[in-house]
Amino acid sequence: MQIIQPHYHAIARTAQDYERMAMSGVVAVAEPAFWAGFDRLYPETFIDYFRQISEFEPTRAAQYGIRHFSWVAVNPKEAENPTLTREVLKHFPEFFAKPTVLGVGETGLHKSTKNECDALEAHVAIAMQHGQLVLIHTPHLADKAHGTRRVLEVLAGMNVDRDRVWIDHVEEQTIRPCLDAGYWVGFTLYPITKCSPKRAVDMLEKYGSERILVNSSADWGPSDPFTLQECILEYRRRGHSLQEAIEVFHNNPCRFLGQNPKFDIRPIRVETLGEAPA
Amino acid sequence: MLSAEQVVETSFLEARHMLLEIAALLDRHDAAAARTGSRPDDARASAAAAKLAALREALGVLGEREPSRERTVALLELFARV
Repeated sequence: MQIIQPHYHAIARTAQDYERMAMSGVVAVAEPAFWAGFDRLYPETFIDYFRQISEFEPTRAAQYGIRHFSWVAVNPKEAENPTLTREVLKHFPEFFAKPTVLGVGETGLHKSTKNECDALEAHVAIAMQHGQLVLIHTPHLADKAHGTRRVLEVLAGMNVDRDRVWIDHVEEQTIRPCLDAGYWVGFTLYPITKCSPKRAVDMLEKYGSERILVNSSADWGPSDPFTLQECILEYRRRGHSLQEAIEVFHNNPCRFLGQNPKFDIRPIRVETLGEAPA
Repeated sequence: MLSAEQVVETSFLEARHMLLEIAALLDRHDAAAARTGSRPDDARASAAAAKLAALREALGVLGEREPSRERTVALLELFARV
């Protein structure tokens, strides 16, 4: 089955992950900019990071037949430095012109401070000005519900095209208001700290598959890109058809990411040929 | 050996994860029962009902602040019945 991994931090992973993903049917990954594990101090550090994910990483993925796309952002954890954020934002347009950059992400909130909310608003504004897609990170664990509400409040005060905004890391307590407001949502599958494959399938069965993206994120922390395949297996084991699985794990990423014409992988449909067995 | 605080701090997220999986299992069961109805005369349904009752009883054991014996032993004996 062909799979798209719409949120994947490739620079934190080995080539072996690319190889195993390719062998398991992954045809494309999209890499948002994220936190490096420490707060970066210089705009130039971000610029080089954006060059890495928009220029170098596609060549590494291509060795395994995987298409690589990326996003640019200052991570919410680094938004407490507004001067740095402003300086980095000035460079976004030059990356929007790169052939594999899809938009702004992952922006969003961590502790939902005023500086974080200001940075989120600035990120969304520049994305909308330049016709870019937006990927929004919502906080983890105890801050999840409050942070998601604040994300929705910030977005509600802006002129945004909701079809072009993906609110990620939703869980059972945050999915409904995001879908009801007209945004795309993402389930992020982590071994321990985020959603699990089984819970993701529960939500797919409850809410349907429209405007839902499933991803593994997979970064330098405890994470595993193959939680996505685990989710597909759980989905199929519960009796959902191959085409239904393709709709969720391949075609939905095509539909959201394909709003940027640079993402040119199209939705697919499985067909049985009418040939008699030999 | 770990201190009492370290036991909680090192295992909290893992325990949270496992409890969420149990919560999701029970929600999944209730949603399926609402969708398909219960089949009280079906042998497989009654076996499943006994397992579900054991899970609920186990959750009660876990909630005891001062159990009379180790919770692990109590649960293993409980699950041996189904």
